[in-house]
Amino acid sequence: MSTPLVVAAIVTLAGIAAYALFGGADFGGGVWDLLATGPRQGLQRTTVSHAIGPVWEANHVWLIFVIVAMFTCFPPAYADLATGLNAPLSIALIGVVLRGAAFVFRNYATDSPGLAQTWTVVFGAASIIAPFFFGDAVGAVATGNYAWLSPFALSVGVFAVALCSQAAAVFLLRETNIPQLQADFRRRAIRSTIAVWVLGLVPALLAKTAEPSFFAALTGSSARIAIVVAMLLGIVVMLLVARGHDMLARVAVGAEFLAVLIGWFGAQAPNLVPGHWTLASAASPASTLTAFLIAVAGGMVLLIPSLILLFMVFKGPARAT
Amino acid sequence: MPSMDHVIAARTQMGTSLAFHIVFAALGVGLPLLVFIAEGLWLRTKRQAYYDLARTWAKGMAILFAVGAVSGTILSFELGLLWPQFMKYAGPLIGLPFSLEGFAFFIEAIFIGLYLYGWDRLTPVQHWLTALPIAVSGAISAGFVTLVNAWMNMPTGFRFANGQVVDVHPVVAMFAKPWLVEVLHTTIAAYVVTGFGAAAVCAFALLRRSAEDRREHVLAGLKIAMIVAVIAVPLQWIVGDVIARFDSDNEPAKFASMEALFHTQRGAPITIGGLVGSDEVRYAIEIPKGLSLLVAFNPNKEVSGLDRVAADDRPPVALTHYSFDAMVGTASLLLLVAAVWAFFELRKRTMTNWLLAGVALCGPLSVVALEAGWCVTEFGRQPWVARGLLRTTDAVTMAPGLDIFFYVFSFVYVILAAMCWWLLRRVGTHAHDNGHSSEHDAFARAS
Ligand code: HDD
Ligand code: HEM
Ligand code: HEM
Repeated sequence: MSTPLVVAAIVTLAGIAAYALFGGADFGGGVWDLLATGPRQGLQRTTVSHAIGPVWEANHVWLIFVIVAMFTCFPPAYADLATGLNAPLSIALIGVVLRGAAFVFRNYATDSPGLAQTWTVVFGAASIIAPFFFGDAVGAVATGNYAWLSPFALSVGVFAVALCSQAAAVFLLRETNIPQLQADFRRRAIRSTIAVWVLGLVPALLAKTAEPSFFAALTGSSARIAIVVAMLLGIVVMLLVARGHDMLARVAVGAEFLAVLIGWFGAQAPNLVPGHWTLASAASPASTLTAFLIAVAGGMVLLIPSLILLFMVFKGPARAT
Repeated sequence: MPSMDHVIAARTQMGTSLAFHIVFAALGVGLPLLVFIAEGLWLRTKRQAYYDLARTWAKGMAILFAVGAVSGTILSFELGLLWPQFMKYAGPLIGLPFSLEGFAFFIEAIFIGLYLYGWDRLTPVQHWLTALPIAVSGAISAGFVTLVNAWMNMPTGFRFANGQVVDVHPVVAMFAKPWLVEVLHTTIAAYVVTGFGAAAVCAFALLRRSAEDRREHVLAGLKIAMIVAVIAVPLQWIVGDVIARFDSDNEPAKFASMEALFHTQRGAPITIGGLVGSDEVRYAIEIPKGLSLLVAFNPNKEVSGLDRVAADDRPPVALTHYSFDAMVGTASLLLLVAAVWAFFELRKRTMTNWLLAGVALCGPLSVVALEAGWCVTEFGRQPWVARGLLRTTDAVTMAPGLDIFFYVFSFVYVILAAMCWWLLRRVGTHAHDNGHSSEHDAFARAS
């Protein structure tokens, strides 16, 4: 494989990782919004709103970035994926659309409680639908025949929702300094980390019988290392959360996500769509890959300082409210 | 070849999605500019009216921008979900402007977060400055996506050999021949629509006397928005005229369809309206020799008609022609109202209700011009997705179930539009409260 191709593949994977982590945490925020309970239900929702508000549009652009990277760098694979996974991707898309709109609508409809309530439910439900079907689509790719209704693919969808909830709970710890509220999110962070651990095993077990070739790849040497690392990081997250090292817990969750994705896509490489396309067979001409990479490099020069500014202004330690 | 129903389902869905998105996109380009002007005036003069105006427009911007972002997301999916074969050929060629557009979106989204939520976290001047990157990257992102349309009209930057696209030059493809005029025309259209749109809301409030307690702020809004429109409309005419002449040289099939010119002739007339048949137009208003004059400044110049275009390469003539007439017709009314308003303003005459009603009408009319213009470019390009390279029927997806998703998405659009309308009306009438007002009002009191 040529150098531009390898770099383009890494850039695309990095985009997927960024969307999984940041977009995923936004989805997870919606999940906790839906599941808000107890005496601090309202406060929990306000915290979610304040955490997501300034950043969700930027986090969402990672999705656009991934799509554009796919159709620019791997167009025939993109065309196949969009055809074979038309249904799950369309449903995920509806989820993405409704949750973005619902989030804004409920925040601006505050003086009409009934309407705000309805959009709050839509926001939560859509926040589950979107990651579920994105996860399902990723699972379906691994089956090699776009079997998005297979138990294996569906179990990957469930796993994706668990991952999003985990990231959100960990991120939310630093979004408030009300001790009881922090305790709420701390419990949720630990429970969802356990859920990730357990639900992550389901696709692996299903793959053993249903997707033997993918299972073999998953247990191949390089993927195995990444998966063991991911599982260990899950334990680290739990310990850090329990001990109150919230900033380090954020970093550990990010590393865990990266390990899961590297394990997953590493297991498939050099296949892009197993049974159909390898990275090399789907690649655009070198001139396109090079132009894309130059555009990305130029774009990053503007993007990175802007992102740092955004997160510095809004994601410092929570202020007294 | 896929069945025609399939193609029609896909085209209807694509067309509906774009027609929906473009309105929010245009406002997403223009509103940050209005907000930037209003807040800047507040910083200079410290007049409360400008502050209130910036706050009201910013709330509208927040809602419209969110719907623009989600409807844009639908489009980026639909390119693949509906036109996979198109993307397979075109991806390597048009990926570059789309990638750059992606970064413009990032900047836009980041600064809109800073602007909307930063009232009490940034100093007033810092806060004002965060509106500038939103305005600039909005215009740039619209420009990049229009580059794609220019390429679809005149694909370039590759060779076609044995059914394969080879010798790909993405940078050449990015600047297809009509790029500059189309980018200018679309960007200016955004300012036309936002200017008249915002002015129309203000004019409507004045007419209905629904904002008597905020009269000063509404009048300021009317003036700022109309100044933007008055500058943009004449420019739009000039650029539109250049594009039309460009098309007569470079895209004769589209041009002949726009003008419903069936027969190649010297001294061709301008045809307005009429009943377009399969090879003639009846009952139209004709300006003798007008077209030849417009195209070549020569009343006897020969203009190519549809008779020079092979039957199965012809665009849908009636749709293209009516769309073109709709754009030019509404553009004429916009120009008229802009001129009358400028006259009143310069002569310092008080606005009559007639003029306010005209301005209020121009809001929706400018959207009609925008939509009609896109219909010209899309219908006029048929039967090609990328002219000469790929036919629309060959670009469509083979995936089943298109019609179901079409209904679902149409339903989503109806809900989004209704909700937007409801919220924007509230923003207009309850200027002083909203979702996160507590922190904002604290800032207003401090300043
Ligand atoms: C507020 C919006 C607006 C207004 C007032 C006008 N236009 Fe326009 N027009 C557009 C908005 C637009 C557009 C939606 O932005 C299009 C679609 C594609 C493009 O580049 O711009 C367009 C396309 C478009 C095209 C087809 C481009 C192509 O595909 O080759 C022509 C020939 C014109 N315009 C000509 C005019 C003329 C002669 C106008 C004045 C009388 C005019 N337009 C006013
Ligand atoms: C640069 C941006 C745009 C791109 C890349 C784009 C792309 C496409 C594609 C791929 C199709 C399907 C193939 C075809 O029918 O030619 C299409 C159709 C269509 N688009 Fe566009 N489009 C753009 C802007 C717009 C806008 C802003 C409108 C707004 C009104 C619009 C209206 C339509 C319509 C009405 C159709 C259906 C055409 C037909 O059925 O004949 N397009 N567009
Ligand atoms: C001429 C037609 C178009 C114009 C002028 C245009 C312009 C814009 C602008 C200015 C925005 C940001 C403002 C806002 O969100 O309100 C936007 C958003 C967006 N557009 Fe379009 N667009 C057009 C067509 C398309 C097409 C064909 C696609 C898809 C391929 C697309 C994809 C998007 C996406 C994904 C976003 C959301 C970005 C975000 O999340 O912030 N647009 N568009």
